[in-house]
Amino acid sequence: MKYILQFGIILLISFVGELLNRVIPLPIPASIYGMLILFTALCTGVLKLSHVRETGKFLIIIMPLMFIAPAVGLIESWEIMQEFIVAIIVISIVSTIAVIGAAGHITQLIIKFKGKEEKR
Amino acid sequence: MNEILRNSLFFGVALSIGTFIIGTLIKRKWNFFLFNPLLVSITLTIATLLLLGIEYNSYNDSAKYLTYLLTPATVALAIPLYEQLLLLKRNLTAILVGIASGVICSGVSIFAMALFFGLNHTQYVTLLPKSITTAIGIGLSAELDGYVAITVSAIIFTGLIGNIAGDLLCRILHIKHPIAKGIAIGTATHVMGTSKAMEVGEIEGAMSSLSVAVAGIMTVGASIIFQWWI
Repeated sequence: MKYILQFGIILLISFVGELLNRVIPLPIPASIYGMLILFTALCTGVLKLSHVRETGKFLIIIMPLMFIAPAVGLIESWEIMQEFIVAIIVISIVSTIAVIGAAGHITQLIIKFKGKEEKR
Repeated sequence: MNEILRNSLFFGVALSIGTFIIGTLIKRKWNFFLFNPLLVSITLTIATLLLLGIEYNSYNDSAKYLTYLLTPATVALAIPLYEQLLLLKRNLTAILVGIASGVICSGVSIFAMALFFGLNHTQYVTLLPKSITTAIGIGLSAELDGYVAITVSAIIFTGLIGNIAGDLLCRILHIKHPIAKGIAIGTATHVMGTSKAMEVGEIEGAMSSLSVAVAGIMTVGASIIFQWWI
């Protein structure tokens, strides 16, 4: 019963997210609406962790399996991709390094700055 | 035989999971960075399909049932987000500003390089969600009218960089604080980088999974603004 309830709640929230995606004219996927709904429900106490935890963790653990089919779909879009394959590779590498540098250093700076402030 | 595989409801799912398990076993035996279970699974699945002469659509008619779970799985990301609420609250400013600067840096650097390479709008929005988790990236690319399959490959390629070199890049760039490391790896390279961050340390892993969710939401917001702007 526990797992049926947990799976049911997560699917129901996904469905509400889907509805919001259809109704609200913004490019926000159903999954994001669903994530916000679940997070809000947990923070406000409408749902408890025990209502979603095991099934949710299971879904997160098997998540890599869900990427296989879309990635294999690459063989279908190979022709479009060939047009800018060099750009894809260069942009991916350079911007990944840039994002790691920016996000990491700014987080580190603020933590250090706040730490010094608290010591005073 | 091929006719049976083509019409099978379970061949695609079995092939996907089977090759992933092979990838996991290879990774366990030889811990070489290119033996990433996901990469091995994708390569073996494509090789099998080409070898047996099975079209992608026949395979996907079965394998799509795995992909179907992406939306519920992303909804479930709210759970680790909620579990780290205390750590999140305590370092809220640093975390949010850090992730935001990563998201802005991602958008700006992709935009600049898209101009440099002379990419058209569709190609540009295809690459825009490349740092966020696949579930959100697929949705965003579809909403922005990008090439979803290419977005997925850029996301997976980016994730592989994080999984292979996330920790190394942090060390080279002198990012030492565990929270900062987690935020950097999670914001730049989503779930695949996060699995590496989990190996580095508990705080790194927790902060990385947190930034996967937050960077995803921020990127959706930023992409809307970017789309209006351009």
